[in-house]
Amino acid sequence: MTAENKKEKQWYYDNFELFEKSLNGDKELFTNALRNEALSKFRNIDFPSLKDEEWKYTNVNPILKNGFTPAKEINISAELKENIENKMFCGFGCHRLVFVNGIFSEELSALKPLPEGVIINSLRKTIKENPAVVREHFPSFSSDSNAFNLLNTIFSLDGLFVYLPKGKAVEMPVQVLYLNGNDNEMFLSSPKNFIAAEEGSRIDIIMNYAGISDNSYFSNIMTEVTAGKNAAVNIYKIQNENENSYHIEKVNAVQGESSLFNHYSISFGGSIVRNDINSSLNGENCECHYYGLYLGNNKQHIDNHTFVDHAKPNCMSNELYKGILDGNSRGVFNGKIMVRPDAQKTNAYQSNKTILLSDKAIIDTKPQLEIFADDVKCSHGATIGRLDETAYFYIRSRGVPAEFAKSMLIRAFANDVIESIKIQELKDKLNHMIFDHLHRVEIINQ
Amino acid sequence: MITIKNLHANVEGKKILNGINLEIKPGEVHAIMGPNGSGKSTLANVLAGNENYEVTEGEVLFYGKNLLELSVEDRAREGMFLAFQYPIEIPGISNATFLKTSINEIRKYNGLPELSAKEILDLIKDKSQILGMEQDMLNRSVNVGFSGGEKKRNEVLQLLTLNPKFALLDETDSGLDIDALKIVASGVNIFRNENNSVLLVTHYQRLLDYIIPDFVHVLAKGKIIKSGGKELALELEDKGYDWLKEAEPAF
Repeated sequence: MTAENKKEKQWYYDNFELFEKSLNGDKELFTNALRNEALSKFRNIDFPSLKDEEWKYTNVNPILKNGFTPAKEINISAELKENIENKMFCGFGCHRLVFVNGIFSEELSALKPLPEGVIINSLRKTIKENPAVVREHFPSFSSDSNAFNLLNTIFSLDGLFVYLPKGKAVEMPVQVLYLNGNDNEMFLSSPKNFIAAEEGSRIDIIMNYAGISDNSYFSNIMTEVTAGKNAAVNIYKIQNENENSYHIEKVNAVQGESSLFNHYSISFGGSIVRNDINSSLNGENCECHYYGLYLGNNKQHIDNHTFVDHAKPNCMSNELYKGILDGNSRGVFNGKIMVRPDAQKTNAYQSNKTILLSDKAIIDTKPQLEIFADDVKCSHGATIGRLDETAYFYIRSRGVPAEFAKSMLIRAFANDVIESIKIQELKDKLNHMIFDHLHRVEIINQ
Repeated sequence: MITIKNLHANVEGKKILNGINLEIKPGEVHAIMGPNGSGKSTLANVLAGNENYEVTEGEVLFYGKNLLELSVEDRAREGMFLAFQYPIEIPGISNATFLKTSINEIRKYNGLPELSAKEILDLIKDKSQILGMEQDMLNRSVNVGFSGGEKKRNEVLQLLTLNPKFALLDETDSGLDIDALKIVASGVNIFRNENNSVLLVTHYQRLLDYIIPDFVHVLAKGKIIKSGGKELALELEDKGYDWLKEAEPAF
């Protein structure tokens, strides 16, 4: 353990003492035992460094150098209350849950009636009101938790809790807003999300992470998903944190027989961003799709790590990650596919495509296939390029201004990710955001 | 009127055009023919402003303006149109959006008021009927999933809706069956009038059965080696390009 790392860890030990005192009644909840377990594990491991294979392209020192204070409840401004609808990706019919710095805000949320037995709520509230359900679906610790994941468990106060009993479908999308940042203190926000979908259930969840302060903060998130037999879970993650902030999320999904898991990861904001998504395909005939779109500008660093573990036969996984990097931004894509000896008739595909808009933008892309079965179809591919010059000439040759032509080509490049989204309002809003983020002229379809 | 004087051009450092001289007046249709590698497509791309081609010598006047000093988009706004040999696919951008943007950018440059979405849709629908195109293609992404013939037809649709002063058609006949060729040719014939001009670039005489040119020029090694009337195309069809190998340059 390096001396420097020691200092940074000490910051969190010191903060834990203060944090524990502030817990009051929550200290009695069964989840508190997990905090102490995580803390003892945390004492024994280092934060990841460039020497770790999984972190070789992402230097987390800028995150560690800042001392982030575990988030507390803050006063919600009248302005934020009034403008909450603007941050939504779907209309009034949606279920809305708002977490401010990882803590549920009842007053900003709007929960609609749900089918019988379905729970969509704050984790903290549900632990108090319905501990049996939470206990039953609380996943055990993944053995591969890194120091950031442990930090999440140590300091987490709340998060999203979703429970779908057998056969229940939630028709309207669930919109979860994670609003982060505080003008007075640099906050560590630690949402812990659980989504448990039992046999034959179905849900769409839009998870939007956005900054509400220009001050730096650190969003350190864990999301656990279990999809039972024939269940379908669609997660649309839109990461739009402020550009002084840091964002790390680990998603662990466990899929049962014939289940479907679609995960979208759209990255706009953040100074250093790391997304880890892991799926274990633990039943036959599972389907798993990962779509990613990352837009980097200025000095942003966006790292996407995916891992699909094919444990059973006849499963299908497909990954499509696309990036557009401008300025001095840097992207990382590391996609690992494991096909275990039992997993015959696996279909696993992976594609990462990046367009570099500036000479200073960088992408590191690394596919990893580990195949231990013999009757499988697996492929991977990575391309790095510039905007197509012939297409650029074609569009301009119709009188279209150069900057507008570039925007059209960027839209064209992102098209297969955007078009695969089935929620029209989300698709429209993302279109606006793409042009806005790249400071490009917008194309309005008519 | 377009006047090309002693035009020389390179691609990736390789000399392709070796002094082209040509004058095209309003109301005229010219055809440039020549074997592969003679510089036909290069001429079309240089005139439209493709930045992969470098003009090393010469001058092009387009209705009194120095064409070579204009950007690609300004050439289009001044009334130049290139129908591409291989039209580009633009996923996520509908044909209607693309044409609307194009029409209004050209109108803005020329000091004309922009057209409304409805006016543009009516205009496109009107022109697409002439070409026997399905209405649903307006909402489809530009050229995505189009067959070779549909792509060429879409180029001619753009030609008819933008209605430029000068149309350059780069191998518009390549890859077309006879029915598609007839439709494309009828589009060009509807376009042509006494105020605009057309330059057809083609390898084969076949297209010229349907679009009758006023002048035919033969290009070889980046130079026009023979010029004549429409009968020159038939002669070429008959005798092949070898027949002209020893001929003197026309200018």
